[in-house]
Amino acid sequence: MKNNWPLWEVFVRSKNGLEHRHFGSIHAADAEMALENARDVYTRRNEGVSIWVVESKHITASNPQNNGELFEPAQDKIYRHPTFYTLPDEVKHM
Amino acid sequence: MEDKNKIQYIYGIADNALILGQRLSELCGHGPNLETDIAMTNMALDLLGQTRSYYQYVAQLSGEGKTEDDIAFLRIEREYKNVLLVEQPNTHFGYVIVRQFFFDIFHLLLLEKLQNSEDDTLAAIAKKSIKEVSYHQRFSSDWIKRLGDGTEESHQKVQEAVNHLWEYTDELFHSTDDDKIAVENKVGVNTLDLKEKYYQKLREVLEEATLDIPETKWFKKGGKQGVHTEYMGYLLADLQYMQRTYPNMKW
Repeated sequence: MKNNWPLWEVFVRSKNGLEHRHFGSIHAADAEMALENARDVYTRRNEGVSIWVVESKHITASNPQNNGELFEPAQDKIYRHPTFYTLPDEVKHM
Repeated sequence: MEDKNKIQYIYGIADNALILGQRLSELCGHGPNLETDIAMTNMALDLLGQTRSYYQYVAQLSGEGKTEDDIAFLRIEREYKNVLLVEQPNTHFGYVIVRQFFFDIFHLLLLEKLQNSEDDTLAAIAKKSIKEVSYHQRFSSDWIKRLGDGTEESHQKVQEAVNHLWEYTDELFHSTDDDKIAVENKVGVNTLDLKEKYYQKLREVLEEATLDIPETKWFKKGGKQGVHTEYMGYLLADLQYMQRTYPNMKW
């Protein structure tokens, strides 16, 4: 039974969180079941206020083999890193 | 209303939650898949949580130094007042879902009325439980539709469970003498008032699930008087084993 059900990725916005975060994945036959399964597996202890589910096949992922070109810019361009000013305490959620 | 009558009235509600909770917890680690396993264990925990609130209240009313554990674990079979429906075994997943569905619809209708009880404690417990039971009803109704309107095999299996468990539904609306006293004192709910709505709701969901509604007019009863089916003894043996073997043991 389980093998026939597609995989879904679960995103939950927690009580004090501002954005949905990836919590994990579940199996479900359709979107409605995915939502209920996500609720049961990930939010039964008051963790969340909102759930998104998306079928895993709809996610396009970067290829780990390309990590170098995608994520490792040369470190000598220090002017690209925001390290030359201090952030006021009043600025939240940065 | 005398406390001894009130206690019996509360058993009529609380024992359903205990016994169904026990049945569902038997499935822990044995569900059809991880997600459904957790869902049913969640419902078991909801029901056991509700049971505790009722039994704590009973313990307080009985004034004999009893605890909620004594009430849950140390009564004999005839003293449990749950309906026969909830003690029926987990024959297969179709049975689990139909049993749950038949009970959830009733449970929610009951709690919606019980929250207006003139007994403040019962009203508060009902109010607190409604959210949980609304979800149970949503879960079991969804699954009735999935199985009924699913494959040929799932349809046939869930129809078999509907046909078999149907004869346990009428007992939900029977009143014991203690129930009647509770209703007269505006503590309890007159379940007869829920009956029409109950069967209407059942029909709606079963029809949507393309399932046939049984025509039997013959119903089983006895649980509310403490006369249970053969399954109850085995269930209680599991439930009570630890307290009977190691009296007063705690977590």
